Amino acid sequence: MDWITWLIWVIKAFILIMGLLIGFAYLTLYERRALARIQTRIGPNRAGPQGLLQPIADAVKLIFKEELTPAKADKLIFFLAPIITMVPSLIIAAVIPWGTSVKMFGREITLYMADINVGVLYLMAIASIAVYGIVLAGWSSNNKYAMLGGLRSTAQMISYELALGLSFVTVILLADSMRMLDIVEAQRSLWFVFIQPVGALIFLTATLAEVNRAPFDMPEAEQELTAGYHSEYSGMKFALFFMAEYQKMIVISAIAATVFFGGFLGPFVDKYPALGPLYMFLKVVILLFGMIWVRATWPRIRYDRLMALGWKVLLPLALAVVFITAAGILLTQEFGPAFMWFIPVVSLLAGLVAVAMVDRTLRRKYYATR
Amino acid sequence: MRLVEPVVELGRGLWRTLNSMFEKPVTIQYPEEKRPVRPRFRGRHVLKRYENGLEKCIGCALCAAACPADAIFVEAAENTDENRFSPGERYASTYEINMLRCIYCGYCEDACPTEAIVLGDNYELSFTSRSQAIYPKEMLLEPVPDTASLTPRKVEPGKYNRSVPEMKDSQD
Repeated sequence: MDWITWLIWVIKAFILIMGLLIGFAYLTLYERRALARIQTRIGPNRAGPQGLLQPIADAVKLIFKEELTPAKADKLIFFLAPIITMVPSLIIAAVIPWGTSVKMFGREITLYMADINVGVLYLMAIASIAVYGIVLAGWSSNNKYAMLGGLRSTAQMISYELALGLSFVTVILLADSMRMLDIVEAQRSLWFVFIQPVGALIFLTATLAEVNRAPFDMPEAEQELTAGYHSEYSGMKFALFFMAEYQKMIVISAIAATVFFGGFLGPFVDKYPALGPLYMFLKVVILLFGMIWVRATWPRIRYDRLMALGWKVLLPLALAVVFITAAGILLTQEFGPAFMWFIPVVSLLAGLVAVAMVDRTLRRKYYATR
Repeated sequence: MRLVEPVVELGRGLWRTLNSMFEKPVTIQYPEEKRPVRPRFRGRHVLKRYENGLEKCIGCALCAAACPADAIFVEAAENTDENRFSPGERYASTYEINMLRCIYCGYCEDACPTEAIVLGDNYELSFTSRSQAIYPKEMLLEPVPDTASLTPRKVEPGKYNRSVPEMKDSQD
């Protein structure tokens, strides 16, 4: 524990947080350009070459905007809520491994901040804290729309947290560890998305709801709730909420890449560990495109159907998938690794049943009139 | 029980949006690239001239009377053969349109007996003050190709007595 170790920590933390902040800025541009292309537009291309300075222009605009505090707002909580939302989205990135380690200046530098043995648990715990920020923001604004948005958000996040947690359980079962590095290493032969595709789908669906993205962007449904929980926020406080949302998108894509898509693994990564962050970056960019693509395609789900989907379809399906995964692992232990096919095949069957259930849920009217 | 169909439908939606990514954008990069206006587009007003350069406007102020937004102000004065602006007795000595009031309805066009005022193609009107929004006659008048056809000018007496010309049907 010499001072250089501390220095390396500080530098790594600085790089990680700056990366997330810059990543947030450019994710907004990425999303706007990708959405524009999907809608056969061009998107922002005026500020700088190909619009690359657009995030800076947006940031300057947001910083210089007037900050309003409603007269009857709970000032302290109103002030704290954006911070409570923002900070978890940053510190959650601490356990995500971007690679094993590289040799630099005669030192072994690990490409992750912390390697705790309950990494997945840490992820779940920190991800849930952000809900507090949102509900507190809604409550302290003293505005009925903000309040409704905050409540919806909490209800939605808590409902989908269960499915999310259970899909993490499948990963823990498959990797036999909660350490993020072990989970990545366990995917060396085959990514978990191929062993447990339904678990990955549940994870991706639940994370969409967790970060309030379309088609689950209920808490900020503009048409119904003006802006949702951040109706009363402006200027830098609003920017913090905005930042938190987009940073959560990045972080959750990084988590998805780590637990289901092989993390930093890729060709030649053992020979050149510095490739790890690159592979990770590529996977995150592709997953982020998936989120944008889904937003551009599917309409927002009605609130009661959202809840029905979470509680009546995703939760039982996630439980079934956990059961199937555990049974598959027992079978492979008993009869040899050839039985690995059991997990994907049976969980896909379970998934198809769930699809029929979703279909039934979404066509409730049809069933009611029959 | 529909099992595979809902998944296929979701996939079809995603496939459609992905395909549209590779279509040509419909965006027109405005200041560099401009779309031509439609034939009957109503833009900024232009005061027309005859082929010989005389102004069509005879200062009758029917446009000002027809204007629902009260944007037009006209003051007329007498023509003489030594100092002729337009055919006939009178011409518009002051002709002002307040572009902030104008609603581009085109009633002035309809009211004009000599087809002098026409809503043109120019839609790029911007001002930095209210006084700039009032366009005087000099800005509205059609430019002339040469100095010989400028107004006012000296003409031979008795040639331009008729203030309202023979009318033809509208061309567009």
